[in-house]
Amino acid sequence: MNAQKEEKLIFEQSIEGACAANLPACDVPEIKPDYSIPPQLIAETAPELPEVTESQLTRHFTHLANRMMSVDANFYPLGSCTMKYNPKINEWAAGLEGFTNLHPYQHIDDVQGALELMYNLRKYLEEIAGLAEVSLSPAAGAHGELTSVMVIRGYYNDTDRQRDRILIPDSAHGTNPASCALCGMHTTVVKSTPEGLVDLADLAEKVDEKTAAMMITNPNTLGLFDSNITEIARILHDNGAQLYLDGANMNAIIGRVRPGDFGVDIMHYNLHKTFATPHGCGGPGAGPIAVAEHLREYLPVPQVERKDDKFILDYARKKSIGQVRTFYGQFSVLVRAYTYIRALGAKGIKQVCENAVLNANYLAKCLQTHYTLPYNLPCMHEFVISADRQKSRGVRALDIAKRLLDYGIHPPTMYFPLIVPECIMVEPTETETLETLDYFIETMQKIANEVISQPDLLHSAPLTMPVRRVDEVRAARQLDLRWKKEK
Amino acid sequence: MSYIGTNDKQAQAMLDKIGVKSIDELFAPVPKEIQLTELLNLPAALDDISLQRHLRELASKNNNTEDNISFLGAGSYDHYIPPVVDDLANQSAFVTAYTPYQAEASQGALQAFYEYQTLICQITAMDVCNSSMYEAGSALAEAVLLARDVTSASKVIVTENVHPEYRSVLATYLSSLPMTIETIPRANGVTDMKMLGEKLDDDVAAVIIQQPDFLGLINQLDKIADIVRDKKALLIVIADPISLGLLKPPGSFDVDIVIGEGQPLGIPQSFGGPYLGLFAAKEKYLRRLPGRLVGATVDEQGNRAYCLTLQTREQHIRRERATSNICSNEGLLAIRAAIYLSAIGKSGLKQIANLCFQKAHYLANKISQLDGYELKFDKPFFKEFVIVCKKHSPAEIIEFARKAGIFAGVDLGRWYPELSDCLLIAVTEKRTKEQIDNFVEVLGQIK
Repeated sequence: MNAQKEEKLIFEQSIEGACAANLPACDVPEIKPDYSIPPQLIAETAPELPEVTESQLTRHFTHLANRMMSVDANFYPLGSCTMKYNPKINEWAAGLEGFTNLHPYQHIDDVQGALELMYNLRKYLEEIAGLAEVSLSPAAGAHGELTSVMVIRGYYNDTDRQRDRILIPDSAHGTNPASCALCGMHTTVVKSTPEGLVDLADLAEKVDEKTAAMMITNPNTLGLFDSNITEIARILHDNGAQLYLDGANMNAIIGRVRPGDFGVDIMHYNLHKTFATPHGCGGPGAGPIAVAEHLREYLPVPQVERKDDKFILDYARKKSIGQVRTFYGQFSVLVRAYTYIRALGAKGIKQVCENAVLNANYLAKCLQTHYTLPYNLPCMHEFVISADRQKSRGVRALDIAKRLLDYGIHPPTMYFPLIVPECIMVEPTETETLETLDYFIETMQKIANEVISQPDLLHSAPLTMPVRRVDEVRAARQLDLRWKKEK
Repeated sequence: MSYIGTNDKQAQAMLDKIGVKSIDELFAPVPKEIQLTELLNLPAALDDISLQRHLRELASKNNNTEDNISFLGAGSYDHYIPPVVDDLANQSAFVTAYTPYQAEASQGALQAFYEYQTLICQITAMDVCNSSMYEAGSALAEAVLLARDVTSASKVIVTENVHPEYRSVLATYLSSLPMTIETIPRANGVTDMKMLGEKLDDDVAAVIIQQPDFLGLINQLDKIADIVRDKKALLIVIADPISLGLLKPPGSFDVDIVIGEGQPLGIPQSFGGPYLGLFAAKEKYLRRLPGRLVGATVDEQGNRAYCLTLQTREQHIRRERATSNICSNEGLLAIRAAIYLSAIGKSGLKQIANLCFQKAHYLANKISQLDGYELKFDKPFFKEFVIVCKKHSPAEIIEFARKAGIFAGVDLGRWYPELSDCLLIAVTEKRTKEQIDNFVEVLGQIK
């Protein structure tokens, strides 16, 4: 990062009359708006937007970009987020005029290329999941999760209405209970064993005739593959319930294990994680879902289908839960994921998961001399370490995270899952070089030594970012969510 | 090609360090019987040159809005996107970063989101705005969930002229909850005020109005606000952000929540997504807003800084009590919208809105002079309007115009049987007089 100490807000740079776009004059005869619109509905003045020249605009947003860490510039081992490198050919593809300049209501014959791409991506994702059918509609992982709970709800509305409880492990992501509540479902927590896996006895006790499903992340948020997964599926299925997989961690298993083969009935993907579409400071992502045969007819509409030699959008699905978003899906994100899968092929996809797992195990092995590894290796694509030894010296996981920034590394995920104290969750991904992995190891060791030799340094880190540690408490107490012109 | 960072030799050294013989050993926790023994059935990997050729071929099977002249609207519009917007929004530092949890490493995105929140408040005249939702349909559903949370009421009133897809998404979201949707039919094209007044009892959580509505018409928002004011129900307005360069902002009519489709703000049409859900509200709903909020604060040396704030509203704390499960959504598109609004600025928004208004009226006037066509509604409109096709079906007109390189409009019969002889036509600032005259000529040629 090469950033100044402060960048003025765009509003504070305004020059009266400036405009960064050269817009055309009106070439048709003009009428007065109040000729047709009631005057009380017409604005007297234009909104107080900033007025800047194109060069001011460019400097400003370039300066802002300089105040960012990103995958293109930094190692970004953010656990459960799969911050892998995003190949540029995906961006190139998404930017093709034949994709960007398409209106959703164009004549069906004019969008056959787009539908063909969607249809084939749907088929690839069905194959990768080992499940019967994929819907590309959901806009993000949490949206895919919500859509999945709706599908489960729809299925039981038809078959067994009393099932309104969903089991979630205690290591589950916070969106799980929220998604259930939005569908009028209730959640029950299932305990983990000391090894970090689902406690089968607790599961057997909690599953009953009101259980609709269990939501599980496998590998879980500790980076562990639950070896009992087929047994978990059996317990649920014997009780007439569904197994839902949160696909956040698909990067650990794609090409090597298929969720459909270990008993999953329904799952969501995160294309922005597993399939290398960029994260964009928090979206756009895409969260397609995949379901087993018995849940197919409940999938959202529209579905992209092939009819003879033509691709169509099918809305006529009687039992469908309905539409979950406007139009058809995060199309330009789908283009990127499609491009990625076509570049890799089956062999390449398998290598993705194998190297993601290799890199994580290598890091975990090398870090355990300085940090506590709460669970045994091997891990899958990510792992957690605990900074409990460092905490006893008064340095918290948060301080370590902030110090990593000074070494040019984006911190791992912190304090999640909640069941590990001073948790640091590391996901290196397959795209990193050995040199980068070794640099991370060295840096973490250096920081562990700094904890002993200069703990104050860690408390005041970061020292090299555009700002020092940000006062988040003040932000919440003295709310300032928008700029206002000083009177 | 696999985008892998290490070669085989390095991988072997890493395996040695880990203390295992092979990658297979690392997969030991995965039961053997569920591991694939063969490769997935996927098409063979393509080299870069073949991949580019393949994607170009797919893209060229589409007939795009740049090579044709588009009068399609209905929730997705062919507005002008200044090249500077593409260039600045596509900076890899924005494209390849994640949600700005680490404030010190994400000041650029955080400041851009803060500016976005301000810009949306400026155009809507609302107090607060979140830093994005998926798109308008699900943003509307989230607004209704907020209204339900506030009022504990169980009905929603929506007018028939709200985008059919937004209503469809709303129905999906509410289907598992004890809530019902009452749809008010149009009277003379727009909201039936009398019926709205009659239906508005104490069990109504929200009244939903689109302005301009799906058929392009401008509703009497002032009068609607008068009817809803002092009632328990919240007034939710779905606004077209470009129209706010001409129309009085919803915030000046005591509206509770403004949502909208942000696509017109510099976002490509991309076959319907990804788009940007706008979500702004009165200050009193601040702590119930879904999505992410960015606040201004200081760093420990007193320098101005920004961070995500009020995260206790979000699902990782409220869990089952959360009214929304939304996490990351459309960050990059919010940044894009901020760049767009800053680029066109105060005068640009006004000018674009006026160009849309003038050109739409010019075209509407020309078409209504043609034999076989007339304007469906005698009501004010902004950039979109409905024509009745008396001699040919909308499908025939669309097909005929398409052969002349013109996307004529959207066939309304798909959603409204009573409008099955109608076309919805949108005109943006990009259409020239020549293109419009050409369209009129083509319409006149249909035999």
